[in-house]
Amino acid sequence: MLSVKHLTDTNELTKDDFYQILDTAKAFEEINSRPIKKVPALKGKTIVNMFLENSTRTRSSFEIAEKRLSADTLNFSSSGSAVKKGESFEDTARTLSAYKIDMVVIRDSHAGAPELLKNYTDAVIMNAGDGKHQHPTQTLLDLYAIRAHFGKLEGLNIAIVGDCSHSRVVGSLVPAFKTLGIKTTLVGPRTFMPKFVDQMDVNYTSNIEEVLPEVDVVYLLRIQLERIDSTPIPSLEEYRDLYGITQERYDMLKENAIVCHPGPVNRGVEIDSELVYAPKSRIIDQVSAGLYVRMASMYLLLGGEVNGIAD
Amino acid sequence: MALLIKNVRAIDPSCDLDEVVDIVIQDGIIKEVGQNLSIEKGVTEDYSGKIALPGFFDMHVHFRDPGQEYKEDIKTGSQAAVAGGFTGVATMPNTKPTTDTAELVSYQYEKAKELGICKVYPLGAITNGLKGEHLAEMGSMYNAGALGFTDDGHGVQNGGMERTAMEYSRQFDALIISHCEDEGIVGKGVMNESPISDHLGLTGWPTLGEEIQIERDIELAKITGARLHIAHITTAKGVEMVKKAKAEGVQVSCEVCPHHLLLNEELIDSKYPVNLKMNPPLRSKEDMLKLQEYFIKGDIDCLVTDHAPHAEHEKNIHFEDAPFGIIGLETSFALIHTNFVVNGKMSYQDLVERMSIAPRRLLHTEPVQIKAGSKGDLTIIDPDKKWTFENKDIYSKSKNTPFKGYEFIGKVSDTIVDGYHSYQDFKLAK
Ligand SMILES: [Zn+2]
Repeated sequence: MLSVKHLTDTNELTKDDFYQILDTAKAFEEINSRPIKKVPALKGKTIVNMFLENSTRTRSSFEIAEKRLSADTLNFSSSGSAVKKGESFEDTARTLSAYKIDMVVIRDSHAGAPELLKNYTDAVIMNAGDGKHQHPTQTLLDLYAIRAHFGKLEGLNIAIVGDCSHSRVVGSLVPAFKTLGIKTTLVGPRTFMPKFVDQMDVNYTSNIEEVLPEVDVVYLLRIQLERIDSTPIPSLEEYRDLYGITQERYDMLKENAIVCHPGPVNRGVEIDSELVYAPKSRIIDQVSAGLYVRMASMYLLLGGEVNGIAD
Repeated sequence: MALLIKNVRAIDPSCDLDEVVDIVIQDGIIKEVGQNLSIEKGVTEDYSGKIALPGFFDMHVHFRDPGQEYKEDIKTGSQAAVAGGFTGVATMPNTKPTTDTAELVSYQYEKAKELGICKVYPLGAITNGLKGEHLAEMGSMYNAGALGFTDDGHGVQNGGMERTAMEYSRQFDALIISHCEDEGIVGKGVMNESPISDHLGLTGWPTLGEEIQIERDIELAKITGARLHIAHITTAKGVEMVKKAKAEGVQVSCEVCPHHLLLNEELIDSKYPVNLKMNPPLRSKEDMLKLQEYFIKGDIDCLVTDHAPHAEHEKNIHFEDAPFGIIGLETSFALIHTNFVVNGKMSYQDLVERMSIAPRRLLHTEPVQIKAGSKGDLTIIDPDKKWTFENKDIYSKSKNTPFKGYEFIGKVSDTIVDGYHSYQDFKLAK
């Protein structure tokens, strides 16, 4: 049993919650290697994918996870839906809730959207990214991929590089790393950092080369191209020069170190094109981990037992 | 028509009054204040145990009329005002269209006068449409009754424009009210910039964005000689700048809202409470405590509500999209009385100074005193009444307040405007 009813914020998860989900995900990885990948775990459950912000990757991952768990699903996205016609969030939420659904997977460009949704539905809520606030399943899949490589999480040393200010990826990673005993260093220019980074439980440096030889994981954040208009950095070229993973920087990494990226990659910006699938890259493992941890979280939140699926 | 108020404790520091008296009001004017008074014809009411104060005045309210009457209009705004003990209010010009012409100033005056509930003094815009580009017709607005000018809702971004406005205002000696917000620094900020905004993934609205314009406007007031008033001040540093400038002889004053005195950013949590979203935002606890100190000492000149009604469907949405502001007229006195007067931190005299005397003095409107010859504008309070603020206590069309469920000591029982009850025995008068 998880200590939470919903999965909306990694600050709410205990160490035990993380390991329950990761262990259950491991069982789902095994199932996904079988010829028939579908299990009846969530048969009869209805899940709504409420994607009010576009995200092909995250949505595909959730959809496949739901199908493999045999849940009935309804996709509700902003494009072409009532939301575009000006229907309010409340009306959309209440309407969907009227169908007596079991779970809502919500993605929204506003911080706090899952919390607001709780006012209008009794369904279990799974946060698939809310504005610049949280993205818990991204964190879980990152942890899964990292643990798969190192066989442990505690004591690892991880650098997160890039636009950390108001990044939901960072919003979820940092508290999780803290709970799990992972040492975190944020890397990037001050304009990319939370304003009060110095008061956070992390290290900070603007010198990537200083941390590369030290870390077990270098976690690259995607540069949101639209953010460049508000000029936190002068150009993508300058960013690559100062922070991009080039061959030279790649070679500075420890033997056993890995490179992660939540995707999609801006090739030649965060990392040079020919290194995207280099031996140290775990970018594709992260994608498959996404499927396992999403299956595991949905299964556990909807009442499944840890190891209950390992028949 | 005569009204005799018996046995009320009347407090008015402007005429050194604090005693139990009778008050006779006739034809809207206070006729006599003294002992054992009687009238031949009229109404006599006993107010034993209650306190009469010069009518409260709120120099910063948004009545949304014309243009957004679904949020509030002059009638409901006036009703909320008198329920809170205010006999006069000054309305902000961010109506739709903007109150930037004499006609629109007159419209509000006329409408309020016809209603006769509360005195409404419309303020005029500094620039047309609050755009910060072209000086509005201050002279015609002044002649129509606008006592001050402001682009409230926005800071005037261009320092040259602000300087021009101050220089131009001098011929009327009108008050320039500055909503201080440097948009380059504030950007799309929705709450105080702090570790909390970082944590919640909300864009910060730093104190610097306010302080930098306070500093600029003080310097401009210094060279232009204009009378400057800083709206809804929220930081200790801001007040300290005002205090220092006053000592140097600059004509500058400032106001504070009850919510900035009593609430702070720490209340904003992962529930994203939209009724804690205002502009300027709730600040740190340290700033809040300093503001209390400055308010009690009188470094902050007066109290305003920044009464900002918004409809339920507009306000109860995503925190980032919700409009700024809360209503405040119904709770202002009770908040101050409960938190500062009951516990002896502040005297009734000082409350009257901040809530009745100073705003009228700053706007150059007629003073209201409890003495013969003055306008019959009185606020009568029941200092011991314990009550819980609920929906039914709200007269505003909008209900956006964080104070529902708050327990108060002291309540306005009667509000008398020009000798007539607008609010009587805890109810709106007919
Ligand atoms: Zn304002």
